[in-house]
Formats: sequence, structure tokens, C-alpha cells
Amino acid sequence: MIGHARRRVDARGKVTGQTIYADDISLPRMAYCKLLRSPHPHARIRSIDTSRALAHPGVYLVLTGKDLPIKYGILPVSQDETPLCVDRVRHVGDPVAAVIAREELTAADALELIEVDYEILPTIADPEEALANPEPRIHDYSEEGNIHKRVAFEFGDVDKGFAEADEIFEDTFFFQGNTHLPMEQHASVAVRDREGKLTLYTSTQTPHYLHRALSKVLEMPAGHIRVVATPCGGGFGGKSDPFNHEFVVSKAALMLGRPVKISLTREEVFYCHRGRHPMLMKFRTGVKKDGTITAMHLQNVIDGGAYGSYGVASTFYGGTLQTTTYHIPKYRYQGARFFTNKPPCGPKRGHGTPQPRFGQEVQIDKIAEKLKIDPAELRLRIAVKPNELTANFLQLGTVGLEQCIRRVVAISGWKDKFRKLPEGRGVGLACSCYLTGAGLSIYWNAMPHSGIQLKLDRSGCVTLFAGTTEIGQGSDDVLAAMVAEVLGIKTFDIRVYSGDTDLGPVDLGSYSSRVTLMAGNAAIQAAERAKAMMAEAVADKLEVPKERLRFADSAVFDAAAPEKRVTFVEAICLAEARFGTIGTVGSYTPPKFPAAKYKGGGVGTSPAYTFSATVVEVDVDTATGLVRVAKLWNTHDLGRALNPVLARGQVEGSIYMGLGEALMEEQDYRRLPSRLSHALVHKFPSMLDYKTITSLDMPEIVTEFIEGPDARGPFGAKECGQGPLLPVMPAVANAIYDAVGVRIDEVPMTPEKIVRALAEKKAGRAPRYGPDHFPEMSWGEPLRVPPPWDGGDGRAINEPPRQPKPSREKEKVLTP
Amino acid sequence: MMRLPLFDYRTPRTVAEAAQILDGEGPEAMVIAGGTDLLPNMKRRQQTPRTLVSLRRIEGLSGAHLDHSASQLGSCLTLAEIAEDPRFRNGCSALWQAASMVATPHIRNMATLGGNICLDTRCMFYDQSYEWRQAINFCKKKDGETCWVANSSPRCMAVSSTDTGPALMALGARVILHSARGEREVTLADLYNNDGREYLTRRPDEIVSDIRLGPLHGWRSTYWKLRRRGSFDFPVLSVAAAARFSHDGVVEEARIVVGSAASRPLVAEEAARSLLNRRLEPEVIEEATTLAARLAKPLDNTDFDMSWRKKVTSQFVTYALRELRGDDMRAERTRVMHSQADGVS
Ligand SMILES: Cc1cc2nc3c(=O)[nH]c(=O)nc-3n(C[C@H](O)[C@H](O)[C@H](O)COP(=O)(O)OP(=O)(O)OC[C@H]3O[C@@H](n4cnc5c(N)ncnc54)[C@H](O)[C@@H]3O)c2cc1C
Repeated sequence: MIGHARRRVDARGKVTGQTIYADDISLPRMAYCKLLRSPHPHARIRSIDTSRALAHPGVYLVLTGKDLPIKYGILPVSQDETPLCVDRVRHVGDPVAAVIAREELTAADALELIEVDYEILPTIADPEEALANPEPRIHDYSEEGNIHKRVAFEFGDVDKGFAEADEIFEDTFFFQGNTHLPMEQHASVAVRDREGKLTLYTSTQTPHYLHRALSKVLEMPAGHIRVVATPCGGGFGGKSDPFNHEFVVSKAALMLGRPVKISLTREEVFYCHRGRHPMLMKFRTGVKKDGTITAMHLQNVIDGGAYGSYGVASTFYGGTLQTTTYHIPKYRYQGARFFTNKPPCGPKRGHGTPQPRFGQEVQIDKIAEKLKIDPAELRLRIAVKPNELTANFLQLGTVGLEQCIRRVVAISGWKDKFRKLPEGRGVGLACSCYLTGAGLSIYWNAMPHSGIQLKLDRSGCVTLFAGTTEIGQGSDDVLAAMVAEVLGIKTFDIRVYSGDTDLGPVDLGSYSSRVTLMAGNAAIQAAERAKAMMAEAVADKLEVPKERLRFADSAVFDAAAPEKRVTFVEAICLAEARFGTIGTVGSYTPPKFPAAKYKGGGVGTSPAYTFSATVVEVDVDTATGLVRVAKLWNTHDLGRALNPVLARGQVEGSIYMGLGEALMEEQDYRRLPSRLSHALVHKFPSMLDYKTITSLDMPEIVTEFIEGPDARGPFGAKECGQGPLLPVMPAVANAIYDAVGVRIDEVPMTPEKIVRALAEKKAGRAPRYGPDHFPEMSWGEPLRVPPPWDGGDGRAINEPPRQPKPSREKEKVLTP
Repeated sequence: MMRLPLFDYRTPRTVAEAAQILDGEGPEAMVIAGGTDLLPNMKRRQQTPRTLVSLRRIEGLSGAHLDHSASQLGSCLTLAEIAEDPRFRNGCSALWQAASMVATPHIRNMATLGGNICLDTRCMFYDQSYEWRQAINFCKKKDGETCWVANSSPRCMAVSSTDTGPALMALGARVILHSARGEREVTLADLYNNDGREYLTRRPDEIVSDIRLGPLHGWRSTYWKLRRRGSFDFPVLSVAAAARFSHDGVVEEARIVVGSAASRPLVAEEAARSLLNRRLEPEVIEEATTLAARLAKPLDNTDFDMSWRKKVTSQFVTYALRELRGDDMRAERTRVMHSQADGVS
């Protein structure tokens, strides 16, 4: 099973169209819900008159913010959303009221009959405006004015590090926001069952967190709520928050006693957003002549949008993983997230790390050029080492970065191409590191992060109950494969039930690349326990020591005398006769991370880290600046490829997404002339005009896995769904430089920007396009943590006293 | 999903019957051919006709008679049919290239030539849902007062985005319009009006039944389209060029049309005239390029930056004329258009 390319367990349903997505669900007496969304970017709600809508034929119910006043939010520290706005709207698209009617079109018509009286408020479009305008505050709970959250750390004496440097590089980069664009738009169906309890079928990546939020907002015991995560047509982080519509249909179903359905339009999905944060970053890096880094200082101005979402975690991630790719002995990170009147940003594939990875990898390319060192060679010199404890006390385990670089250089023909191709053609290299599951849960608790239950009975069927969410990444298949491997059967003999809070044990969700490692280890534990019971029963029957039994080919046999055997089904029967009904459980809690003891040190911890290296070859039309990506090579250290087809799919999907971000994707907004309008609208909330690459724009991709099993991974596996995205954008930037000699310090790298940089070059000025200033602001006193090599013990030397115990409302700030 | 508003659907069997229905229903009725433009517009409530008069059941609107001296194309010919038909490829490559580069294969299976010519003008402030347009208090093209692209503009600045329009104009096409009051023939150039709102001179009760082309003998033609991706995207600038050459390469007749740079395809008359009686030497091409590019005044209402689109206009005119001259431009085509479409034949 493990390591072989196999057809995934859910493939048949998907290719034959039998998979039931949330929007496919239709139930008797079902009503439809539509949301009235704010046309204003920032306004106070004076009053709402719903009487005409309620009187409209076919309308069952109209809800407003008053009906659902309790706040929620994915992070305990950012409980700042309500299902429908109560007294304030904060971005165009913020939901204000809901109509539930017999038909969807009726509900839509009735929305127009709702009268909302708004008082328009001044708007904030970006962090610099937020800095300049602390009032009006978009949220009262922000740290200061419209600064949502600041983080500042200093690991070692950074100024001293700069003093030791031979050269200091300072670069400013901008990474534009972009969105997930899953094929499936969010949809939900809520049902009040015959016992009066609630079931919510919904396209989500995190049924467990949603379950908790529903319980809070609906004031119902969680045990009376069932969340079923329907097969998900793509998430990429965009379905990891609890969403307005999920609460609204739940409330409506409970009130009406009818199933209530909502299917968002593509435009509404753009308003749910939670995509990549726009980040303006200043990197200052000191290096020795041989390329060794002496110190780094990163400042990051982050555009958060109108709500908290995962933003506090994103602010940490905006600098935390800089130390896990190259050895940085002294490091200062200052990040600040701002509230703006736009849909909220959140976690998108790579969560908070692709932006600073872009800056760092492009800067390294510049450093290599100045120091006259090949960029691949420079990276090999400064790459982190296995089991390194970083300056910010992240404990690395297996590290395949060096092999990744060596292999990608070999297979791409790097040495024959770099700085050697004709004008207009170029290659670029970049690397990255990512985590395999966040070390901490989003809310503080001492319980497992993943659980698995197995049921085996005399039919021979093994049923696997998981709390995990299949979002297309193949988690059902990977779990089945691990159980099949332990029990010596085929994945087809296993039935997987996942994503259902009633059926499966708790799993935190499909985010932070955690499922294969965490749920996988739980699945192995459950399978080993079942195997032990069967082995004991079979050993008695065959009269051989149980240690000699092997489970393979759907049979259990004596390794010394393979003809002594029972079939797998007989083995279950023997175990069932001996022990009674067979059911086992497994669970996984990440190891304790004792190294980082300072506040915020939990962010970035993970059981295992993966590494990637990418070379991109581009063709740039010098007249128009149009870029065609000719070919791309990626090497990825994933510990072990459990199912190489799935792993390759994850890598290629990451590359596809990364190329879209590199070349064209933009979640961009538009203001109109202020004397005429206060509008602040998404420029193109549609799939046609929000540009992402198509299959015709995809280059040939060569993928190679660097395999070296990690002891913490199930069968040695680490993640592969996020890490390979990270090097793509900087590799493209570096390739454009190699092709035409201009630096595009900004994502996306559009032809307009390339043409402008080419004009600068022609005029004899700096051949560059990118941000030309960085705002002045106060970052606050950093938490000072001496790194391990300076005798640090993981504690901050200036840490303010911590609050004693996290209360339910203000639980600890934790991870992605 | 966005839902269509309710409407009546009529399926006449003859052009006369269709014209009769349009006459009876008045401007509340609209013609629907492939529906690939109209139906998305209806979902966005840009058009909300009470009655749709379908042309798909009318026989005789989907034929193509191609001849060196005179050709007639039915308005319901699909773009896929044009793209797959080698007669177009060899006889009028600009049209073939334009049709092959519209939207996606699925859309081309439905999309018709008549619908493409009559395609609604496009603008970033207009091609949005009703709710989005409400958030900007609408615009001059529909339901509002202000043109958000050019605030003081007396007219709507939405952009002509048809691919086949410029190509057919370069080929000198004429169209036949049918109504209950009779039939008339106009040049395709005269069908268009430089006003984003009233972009056609066609009356609401008229049906485009056929497109006519003059002699094709000795003509070479080509079409260049600017779009961000290799599929899906509307043109945000295009150049169609056609010329008739003497046996020794001297231009005897020429037409250059710049598309998607105004509310109608623009005829670059002066540029075309500058080619007459000359061979397409580099300086001849350069002169024509300067003259043609002068016409294009793109605005900030499509994809891509407007000054950059202006710059690309000259590049595309040059590429198109070089291709007419016989240069092998396949590498440029792949690089800038991600297109597999071959050069002129
Ligand atoms: C995703 C997407 C991408 C697209 N990309 C492109 C592109 O790249 N280039 C491009 O040019 N177009 C593009 N289109 C628009 C459209 O698909 C084409 O223009 C198509 O050719 C329209 O033809 P149709 O038959 O579908 O027209 P319809 O939608 O049926 O009609 C379009 C308009 O013309 C009128 N009309 C249709 N036929 C006649 C007739 N015979 N007489 C009088 N009036 C008529 C209709 O009333 C309507 O106003 C795209 C559309 C989509 C959805």
C-alpha cells in the first residue's frame, strides 16, 4: 500500500459525478436562504425595516443581527464577528439580513424589499490610511487605533550582528493579496431533526471549530449539534473559519422546522475571502563576504481587512519561519496587522509565510549576485542543518534542504543555464520550509489533536471513523492506506466515514498540513491495537507465537510456515469470538515543544518540517513584458510519499497556485473619486475577471521527491500540500531578472511592471519595480529572547508577567 | 449560483416569424442566439428582457457559402464551426484566428457569429452583479448617471470587445438586417457606433441574418489579440489587418482595424492608405504602425494598465503587418498570445 501509486478511495465517486457536495443536497420541504449584503464599505446601521420583505408571498422568515447577537471568531482572541451585522457594517458584502423563502429567486426578490437606514462612516483602504486615521476605529478592541495587533521579537543582539557584517542589504517588497478560488462555492443545508436537534451539512475544512462556534452562538449544547463536512470542492484555507451563512441557516432551520439551504454565489465567496494578506515588508540582512548571514531584521505591515479571522496567527507567521530555512544567528521581527474596510484576510495555502519567503528568497538572489556567488551555492552554505534549534527556538528534525538544492540544480541543468541563456530567457532558483501540522490547537486544551476509531466485524469490513475533512487533498485515502498497510488488506476493503462530528472522534481540521501526520499516527495506533487483538486470537488457533504472525494479502500467517494461515475475515471472527465486538481507537497529541518558553513561542512549532527547492525557466517578451513560464523543476523533502500520485498532485497543485500568484492574481479594490462617491469595492469579484492561470498557461513540471523518513511521521511521511508553493513566486522573480535584468520586488509580476522596470533600466536608473517607501511607525518594545548559542534557555529576558489561567473567553492565542 | 430572472421563451422557425414577434413585443423582447453573452448579462440584471426570441430553430441561418468572389455566412454559424472548418483557415485567416481565440471551447460550441458581432460592450464598472453596481450607485451604461471611467464624459465609454468584429471589418464584411419592415444591407463598419450604450446602429426589432464578404482572391489577413491568459479572456486590445498583394508583393488594397480600444472597432484608414502601392519594408511598417497606434486611446476599464495597452497596440500592428508580409510569427504568437493558432495561410 504505502509508497505505491494507487487509485484513491474516493476517486470513483468523483469521476462519475456521484459525490454529493453540499450544493447537491435537496431535502423535502426545504427552504432557501439569501443574504442581504452591505453596499457600503463602512456604515452604522440606524434601523432595518423588514416588514415588506416578510409580507412578500413565499417568504417564511427574515432575520437580522438582533436575532443572532452573540459574537464568534475562529481565534479565541478575535471574537469579532456576528452572523448578521448588528449595528455596523465594515466592508462591502458584510451581511445585514437574511430572507428564507420557498424559492431562491423569491428570497432574492424579497431582499430588495428590506430597507436599511445607514449612516455612512469614513473608510480605510490600506494600512497606511489606517495608521494616518486611528479614528473611527473599525473595531473597539484593536490594540491601538486601527492597528489590530503588533508582534515584536528580538532573538540576540541584532545591532551587534549588523556591526559584524561585511555587507548590509536593505530591500522593500510588496506581496499583493489574493484569494483561494476553490471550484466549489460555499454551501450549507441545516436541518432540525426529529429530536429537535440540529444537523448542519456544510462545505468546511474545520467542522470541529465550527461545531464549537455554533454551540456558542446558538446557545445550544454542542452535543445537540451535528456538523457534517460534506465532500469539499477545494478549500485551500478559505473554508477554515466559521462563516455567517452557516449560523444563519442553522438558526432558520431551528426556527422554521424546515431544512434551510444556502448556496453562495462566486461574488459572495470573494466577500467571505480569508485569503492571503497583502504584506509590505522591509528586509535588512547583514552578511559576511562568504554569504554567511550575521543578522536579519524584518518589518512587516499587514493589511488584515475588516475582521480578525486567523489574523493574529498570520501576524506571527509573517516572520516566524524565516529562521527555519537558512541559519540566522540574530533575528528581529516586527509585524503589525491593520484593520481596513475590505473583506477579511486569513489563511491561504502557506498561511502568512509565502510573502516573507518571497522577500527573503529574492534578497538572497541579490546578495548572491553582489557577492559573486552562485545562488544555489550560497543557499547550500547557509542552509539549516538536521536537528537544528533555531534562533527562535524552533526544533527542526529531518532536513532534506541540501539534497533538494543539489537535485534541483542537477535536473534543471542550472549550471548550463544560469546567466548563460540568451536575452529574454532566464532561470531562477528559490527554496522554502514549511510545517507539518501546527504544534498547538487554536484554543487551549490538553486533549488530542486527532482521533480515529475502527470497527471490525465478521463481514470482513473495516470501518474507519475519522473527524478529518476530505477537501480533495486525499485524506480519506491516506488514512485508509495506513490502516490497510498495518492490517495487510486493501484500501477497497475499508470504508471511511470522515468529517462528521456525530460519527467520528474529534479532529482539529484540514489546515496547517496536519492531517496526514496527526490523524495518520492516530490511525496507525488504532490499527495496531486491532491487529494485536487479532494476532492473539489467531496465535491461539494456529498454535504459533503471536510475534511470528504476519498480516498481508488479506490473510494472517506464520512467517516461519506461511501455509499455516487464516484469512483476514477468519481472523476477525476469531478475535470477535475471543474478545467480543471489535472496536479500537487511536489518538495523536503533538509532542511537547519545551524549547520555546517565551510568549508566542508556540507559533511555528511542529512535529516535522519539510523543505522544497524550485527552478523556473521563463521567456520574457522584451517589447511587451509578457512572461511565459517555459518549464519548472521542483524537489520536495516530504519524508515519504505514501501515495506518490496524490503527493505529486499536491505538489503540482501548489505550483499551479504559486504561478497564478506570481503572474496575475490580485484581490484588489477600487475607490471612486471621493467628491462623487464613498465606494470601496472589490475590483473584480468574478471568476472571469479575477485572473488565475488556466491549463494552457501551465508549463511542463518536473517533480522529484526527496525521501528520508522522519521518525515523527506516519511511515516517515511529512507534508507536501503547502510547502512546494512557497518557492514558486520568488523563483519566477529571480528568473525574470536572469532573463532581462530587472528586479520585480512585487507580487504579482505583471507585464506592465516589467515594462516599467525595463524603461528604468534603459534610462540608466535602478532596474527595478517595487515599493519605494516604508511607513514610519512605533512597533513597541520587542520581547528579547537570547538564542541558544548565546546561552538562551527559551525564555524572554523582559517578559511581562503572564495572566494566570486562560479563561473561556480569552483563551490563549494559538496558531493557524 | 446566480439565477436568471423569469422570461418568456419563443422559438420561431423562420426569420420572418422571428421578425414578427420582435415587432409585436417591442423593445421588451430580445434576440437570443447562443446566449453566451446575453444569459450572463441577464443574471447580472444588465438586461432583463420580458421575452427571448431564439434563433436556434431557424433553418438557413447556420450555413456558410465560401467563394473567392463572394461569400455568405449565416449569423447562427457557431464559432466552433468556423474554428474547425479548413475553408476559413485558408480563405480568411483573420476570421478563423479571431473565432478560434474567443472564450473557451465549451463557449465556442454555443456562441454564434451574429451574437459575437452584436456582443454587448464591456466595462469593469458594468460587467458586475446588480448588488455590486448598487455599491457604486450604478453608471452611465445602465441605471446611473456617471461614467466612472471618465467622470465628465457625456457618453458611456464601455469597450467593444468582439473578436470577430474587427476581423470581419478587415475583410470588408457587410451585414444583412431583417425586420418586419423589410431587409437592409450595411457595411459592418456602419453597424457600429462609438458609444458604449448605443453601440449598434441596429434597431431593436432587427435581426442580423447573414454576413457577406466580398472577393477574397489575393487577400491575406491576420488577427492579433491581447488577453492575459491562453483561454477565457475577452480581448482588451486587438489588431486585424488584411491586404491584397500584387504577385511581386506590392500592396494593392489594405485594411487595418484596431479592436477593444474604443466603444467600436476603429478603422485605421490613414495607416492602411500609407501601405498602398508599397512593399511592406520595415520603414513602411513603422509608418503605418505610428498612424494606426495613434487611434487607440485605451481607458482604465478593462484588464491591464491603459498606458501599457497603448504601447502594445503599436507592437501588435507591427507584428500583424510583418505576418502579412510573410514573416514566420509563430514564436511571437505563442509568447504573447499563448495561442497555438498558426500564422497566415
Ligand atoms: C467566459 C466568457 C468568455 C468570453 N470571451 C469572449 C471573447 O474572448 N471574445 C468575444 O468576442 N466574446 C467572448 N465572450 C462573449 C460571447 O461568448 C461571444 O461573443 C459569443 O460569440 C456571443 O454569441 P452568442 O450567440 O452566444 O450571443 P448571444 O448571447 O445569444 O447574443 C449576444 C447579443 O447579440 C444579440 N444577438 C445575437 N444574435 C443576433 C442576431 N442574429 N441579430 C441581432 N442580434 C443578435 C443578442 O440579443 C444579444 O444582445 C465570452 C463569454 C463568456 C461567458
